[in-house]
Amino acid sequence: MDRPFGLLAELTYACPLHCPYCSNPLNLDDYSDELTTQEWQRVLVEAKGLGVLQLHLSGGEPLLRRDLVEIVRSASGLGLYTNLITSAVGLSSRRAELLRAAGLDHVQISIQADDPALADRIAGTPSFERKKAAARLVKKLGWPLTVNVVLHRHNIDRVDRILDMVADLEADRVELANTQYYGWAWRNRDGLLPSRAQLERAEATVRATRGRLDGRMEIIYVVPDYYSRYPKPCMGGWGRRQLTVVPNGDVLPCPTAHALPLPRASVREHSLAWIWEQSPLFQRFRGTGWMPYPCQSCDRRGIDFGGCRCQAFQLTCDAARTDPVCHLSPDHGLVAAVVRAANSDTRPGRESLIFRLHPDRANMPRRAS
Amino acid sequence: MPSTMPMRTDSDADRPRLAPHVRLTFDQARGGYVLLTPETVTLLNDTGAAILELCDGERTVGKILTELRDRYDLVADDEVRLFLDDLLAKRRLEVSRG
Repeated sequence: MDRPFGLLAELTYACPLHCPYCSNPLNLDDYSDELTTQEWQRVLVEAKGLGVLQLHLSGGEPLLRRDLVEIVRSASGLGLYTNLITSAVGLSSRRAELLRAAGLDHVQISIQADDPALADRIAGTPSFERKKAAARLVKKLGWPLTVNVVLHRHNIDRVDRILDMVADLEADRVELANTQYYGWAWRNRDGLLPSRAQLERAEATVRATRGRLDGRMEIIYVVPDYYSRYPKPCMGGWGRRQLTVVPNGDVLPCPTAHALPLPRASVREHSLAWIWEQSPLFQRFRGTGWMPYPCQSCDRRGIDFGGCRCQAFQLTCDAARTDPVCHLSPDHGLVAAVVRAANSDTRPGRESLIFRLHPDRANMPRRAS
Repeated sequence: MPSTMPMRTDSDADRPRLAPHVRLTFDQARGGYVLLTPETVTLLNDTGAAILELCDGERTVGKILTELRDRYDLVADDEVRLFLDDLLAKRRLEVSRG
């Protein structure tokens, strides 16, 4: 059996931002009984034993965990490559220096756009200037920096200016990730999905900028799968390369698989090794034996792995069907209809977006347009 | 920081080193060396690991080749250069010149 390379540790779902494309689950109350420091440390030891090499510390906002430095120190001591995926809100100089001393290897900061007003509007809170200050701090401390920008209808026309901003911050890498429609983002799909013309312009800009920067900054462009011929190879195959531990200790083959009607597996009840190797959850879509027509006989079954199980479930209510994004899927019409609507002449200039609500925060924007 | 980040080593005076986000480590579970970035894992054979251990930003490509020849009977200089160029193109390595 394959061993996992990467562990995504979602330490908490609390977050200072309210992004309408948040992929965290809808029912955040279910995750408030968070793992303790000791429980996370046990998970890290077990992950290392299982073959994990990279640890992604995410959330929500991982900086809201007061024991983050301690968790990083444990991971570093085990020799894991540690990557902090953060909004950077709350990354003070003091905290950053402690994380650096604890051995944190890499920082990834999300930024919503290049324009302060637009960025703050998408984040649902004033945060743009703090993010830029945090990015400069990360570089000052000598860390490698990746800036992540989630793309959607409302910022994709600014890819040129976004790339200029990220280059000014001296980021080593920039990840332009088209929105994926899971969790909260699913609610806003029709308002976030860009048009084909927008995508084509953005992709041309990315190509031109890659040429212009001549290797000074790596640009990673994550294609929007609704516009792809073939589905994304979800997590490189179910239970094959990656695993996710969510705040309450549930273990998932991918961070959005909480929505699937499958038996749970928790580090509070089983070892990570048992969950990876034997749990019904991780066995369910491993390999190719589960595949339906047309995946079963497809040459790409070992490349796409049938696509995304969560997307199949979301669109067809059956997680064992071919990802409808694939043009060979019998359900492809479901995706084609959404794409048609996004490119229709009668599409409103700007749909209203529903901003992410957090259970512990009362005063936030509910709707903006 | 180097003034430029060329995609190829065109001189034996280039001094390659791992890019800041890249780590070379031994993977106990799989029993081999790996090159890690935040999103990728490159499994290395012993020769690949031996070359990268010499990429410290001090040694030149010329010196790396000499040291490899001291250690191994058969060293194909061109293959070592191709290996380094490939990692440069993938931004796993950087070089300083001069």
